[in-house]
Amino acid sequence: MDTKLRYGFRDTKLVQAKVRQIQKLVTRPWAIMEICGGQTHSIKKFGLDQLLPPEIEFIHGPGCPVCVTSLELIDKALQIAALPNVIFTSYGDMLRVPGSKGDLFSVKANGGDVRVVYSPLDSLKIAQENPRKEVVFFAIGFETTAPANAMSVLQAEAMRIDNFSLLVSHVCVPPAMRAILNSPSNRVQGFLAAGHVCTVMGYWEYIPIAEEYRVPIVVTGFEPLDILEGVYRVVRQLEGGTHEVENAYSRLVTYEGNRAAQKVIQQVFEVCDRKWRGIGTIPKSGWKLRDAYLKFDAEHRFDTQAIETQESPLCIAGLVLQGLKKPYECSAFGTLCTPQNPLGATMVSSEGACAAYYLYSRNLESPKMNHV
Amino acid sequence: MCLGVPGKIVEIYEANGLAMGKIDFGGVLREACLTYVPEAKVGDYVLVHVGFALNVISEEEANETLALLNEIVNLEEELPTQD
Ligand code: SF4
Repeated sequence: MDTKLRYGFRDTKLVQAKVRQIQKLVTRPWAIMEICGGQTHSIKKFGLDQLLPPEIEFIHGPGCPVCVTSLELIDKALQIAALPNVIFTSYGDMLRVPGSKGDLFSVKANGGDVRVVYSPLDSLKIAQENPRKEVVFFAIGFETTAPANAMSVLQAEAMRIDNFSLLVSHVCVPPAMRAILNSPSNRVQGFLAAGHVCTVMGYWEYIPIAEEYRVPIVVTGFEPLDILEGVYRVVRQLEGGTHEVENAYSRLVTYEGNRAAQKVIQQVFEVCDRKWRGIGTIPKSGWKLRDAYLKFDAEHRFDTQAIETQESPLCIAGLVLQGLKKPYECSAFGTLCTPQNPLGATMVSSEGACAAYYLYSRNLESPKMNHV
Repeated sequence: MCLGVPGKIVEIYEANGLAMGKIDFGGVLREACLTYVPEAKVGDYVLVHVGFALNVISEEEANETLALLNEIVNLEEELPTQD
């Protein structure tokens, strides 16, 4: 099982067979969006876009939480992290995301106590060990991190850890899909739904979307074969003129998802409008803490001043996130903007489209499956 | 960070009222919270995100998917392709 889990879904012979199967099926160009940045990363890492017939175009979706956390919230994080009695904890990727003025790294360099954690429970532990400090966790993410963040709040309450709070920037996938499909410039004809989001939420939420917009949606995993299977099933539907929700990730995803996790999310969070970096506000596209847990809300606990936000004038990440432009169409790509010195958030995280293109552009010249 | 990592449960215990586990990620041991997978047993594979197991990976489904994928290759080998 161990080997199978890791390598079975990367088997070169199977990958080639799946590609041939798609080649035989496709008769005309199709634009398919992979929602999740993790899938964008796999597509570039394994050169899947190069292996597939030219008719298939991947439009890279906005499913990278580091990329879509709003500039306003990053600026708030920078203000809170700079406060003298605060220990600011965050996933590592967030440290280099540019705010209007600097990033969390620069706050740390200037003496702020900014710490990288792997889980919100680590942050809770820091709070427990430092009762005189205020410990804030930057709770970003899609439906995949919500069960962890929600549980950290319940634990803080149960253990009476009062010096712990979350700066919440939760975003949800289905409203973003609707926003993309509602856009007059939309080109997406079919979706690979984000497998790990569906591990938590199931895929019942996508059935009305497929129906209403007449788009095929296939729940898809992250290994090369998973992604090719997702593409195969979307193309099969597009060529056949159907628009259903299919599950190509059955080893992890069920129709109803993880009920226990959904229940805890429901208990702690409620739906709210959410601003997405580069895209704007999408109605009902986020989660915030319910009033009962307001004392764990860092925005409530700390008075932050509204400052005038400022994006780099060169950055076209908003268009990249909506699938309207490819990263290499940005004038700063790979020159003024690199993962070491990112101008926009999509260059920071390895799940961001700009970083994925930058890291794996060598695939353009080299034989694709060598990295598998 | 959104990318879950599969790992094998090697030990299950309780800490601060939460079900926790030691998970083997290809030789590296880390702790994860098992509260969302009450059915998980030692030896199961789970998908872990930011310190929480979100689901038990179905070995049966994984094998079935791979068997189906293998079938295409076998079919192709039996039938000469048109191209
Ligand atoms: S390459 Fe950099 S500046 Fe250009 S869109 Fe991407 S993140 Fe923005």
